[in-house]
Parts: sequence; C-alpha cells; structure tokens
Amino acid sequence: MTFFSKKKRKVLFDLFFSFFKIGAFTWGGGYAMLPLIKREIVEKRELMTEEEFIQGLSVAQSMPGAIAINTACFVGRKVCGISGTFFSVLGASIPSFFVIIVFISLYKQYRHLTVFQNFFRGAAPAIVALIGGAVLDIGKSVLNNWMDLLIAIFLFLLIFFFNIHPLWIVLIGGMLGMLRTR
Amino acid sequence: MIYLQLFLAFIQIGFFSFGGGLAALPLIEKVVVENHHWLGNGEFIELVTISELSPGPIGINSATFTGFKVGGIFGSFIATIAFCLPSVLLVYLVFHFIFYYKKNIFVKKFLLGLRPSVIALMSIAGFSIAEKGISDWFSVVVGIVIFIFIYRKKTDPILLLFLAGISGLVWYRG
Repeated sequence: MTFFSKKKRKVLFDLFFSFFKIGAFTWGGGYAMLPLIKREIVEKRELMTEEEFIQGLSVAQSMPGAIAINTACFVGRKVCGISGTFFSVLGASIPSFFVIIVFISLYKQYRHLTVFQNFFRGAAPAIVALIGGAVLDIGKSVLNNWMDLLIAIFLFLLIFFFNIHPLWIVLIGGMLGMLRTR
Repeated sequence: MIYLQLFLAFIQIGFFSFGGGLAALPLIEKVVVENHHWLGNGEFIELVTISELSPGPIGINSATFTGFKVGGIFGSFIATIAFCLPSVLLVYLVFHFIFYYKKNIFVKKFLLGLRPSVIALMSIAGFSIAEKGISDWFSVVVGIVIFIFIYRKKTDPILLLFLAGISGLVWYRG
C-alpha cells in the first residue's frame, strides 16, 4: 500500500484495531462501549485528549444512528480525516457483522428444533424486563419535570392506539421541544 | 429489487434512530415487520434476543440479521452499510458546522424535546415484545425475577438473558 505514509498507516491500523477489539468483546450495545472506547483512544493510544473526546461525544450522542458508530465516525475524523473515519467504522462494525452471520446461519438450520424455540421462549420475558429496566433508568434521569412526563405519555398513547409511524414520534417530540420556552 | 429496498429501509432507520438501539426497535419493527414483511412477529423477538446476545451495537446487529434473512451475505452487507451511512454523513456535516450547531437554540431545544420521544419509543418496544413474549405464568415469573435483578444492577444483563433462555429450555422441554 503506497497511499499512506508509514506513520499514517500506523494510526489507521491503531484506529481499526481499537474499534475492532471493542466491537468484538462488548456486549450490551453502544452505551456499554463508550468507556472502553475512551480508555483505548484517549488513555492507551493517546490519539485525542479527554476534552476533545468528551466534547465530540456530547454531539455524537445527540445524533441519530448507533452511538458506537457515531463515536467511531468522529474519533476517526478527528484523528485522521476521511480515511480515519472509514477504518474506525469498519473496525467497529465488522465483528458484529460476522458474529451475527454465524448466529443466523445456525439459527436458520436449527430454528425448528424445540430446544431453540424453548430457549427463545424463555428469553423473551427477560428482554421485556431488560427494556423495562432501561426505560426506568432513562426515565429517572430524564423525566425530571411534569411536562416531559406528560409528553412521553401522550406520545406513547399515540403509537399505542393510533399505530402512527415511530418517525413521527421523533419529529413531534422535537417540535414540541422547540415550541417550549424553557 | 430487494437490495435497493434493504438499502432504503436501513438508511431510513439510520437517520431516525435517536436514543440508541432500544429506542430504535419500534422503527425497525415498523419497517421490517409491518411494511416489508421480511420477518414474522415471532422472528422479530428472536432478532432482538440474538442482537442482545451478540456483541456490538443493536442497530448493526439487526441490520445484519435482517439483511441476511432477506438477501444472504450480500443483503446483510448492504443493510449494514446503509445503516452506518447516515452516521458518517451527519458526523461530517455536524462537526463542520459545530459552532453554529452548538449555539443554535432551536437545535438544542429539538434535541431536548427528543427525550420524551425516546422514553415513549422504548416503552412501546417493551410492550410489543411483551404482547407476544409473555404468554403464560412461567414467563410472568421469569420477567419479574429478571427485572428485579436488572433493577438492582448487580448482575450482567447478558448473563441474565442467557439464564432466562436456559430456564425456558428446561421448563418447556416436556
């Protein structure tokens, strides 16, 4: 490869490998990955300062998309421009990609087996509990005023009874936020 | 053209999934189950379970899962790329205008307004999975026990999920 200088290649490899490692060994989605990304990028490899990381994170978290991918995007961009973004995102998504492909191949082959079906049957209420816990967790820290709570209930009822598209819930929530004078 | 459909579906999901994977589930369900019928209702719960049990972001996992189901390896490749694309585009756009963006009061208020939306969407995700997934008293008990463990935050949720699956395996075997 002659596109990049030796130093740049090393940085790109660092980015790719950091995100690959975190993507492969972190269960529980984006939020679980953040502290690991910070340790790897800021503390271990010193690719950016803590201040830069925290600032970027506050923006990346408020944007749509997977939080881990957004973080990979801005870290890559800051450290090494477009090629940095490319290698970071690639590193962050490749492990999930292959693990899921292995999972689904097994699943396609064996899903008719009662063992598999019973496993999923047992896991389903745990998924509900997991989401319930996350709702309470975020709800506690976020809905600290009556207005937010009322809007959340209103939006919930809107989907529940009228089956409106989740996309509208995002837009209506945002619009109501803009109308408020707080 | 199935690949184009996958691409458009997941680029839409990527653009509108605010608040992380769990909040994006209703949108994924709407597009994947209701609009395109790529997965059945029971399969959607399996998608969520497998996504949770695998490492990595839930959005990526469900894109890969659905893509593979519909269009093989190439399908999951397209769906995953489409899901990541909005992130890349928006990060470039937003960080380019970062100073404008951070000071803009309307943008700020819009983002604050999303918090109740995220709560509403996550609750809906929980409800729609409960509708199918909680069908007898055993599942009610499992749900409550797991919830207590999750609420007290002493046990890893992924381990709990795995144990719940094992309990189902044992309980429903007959």
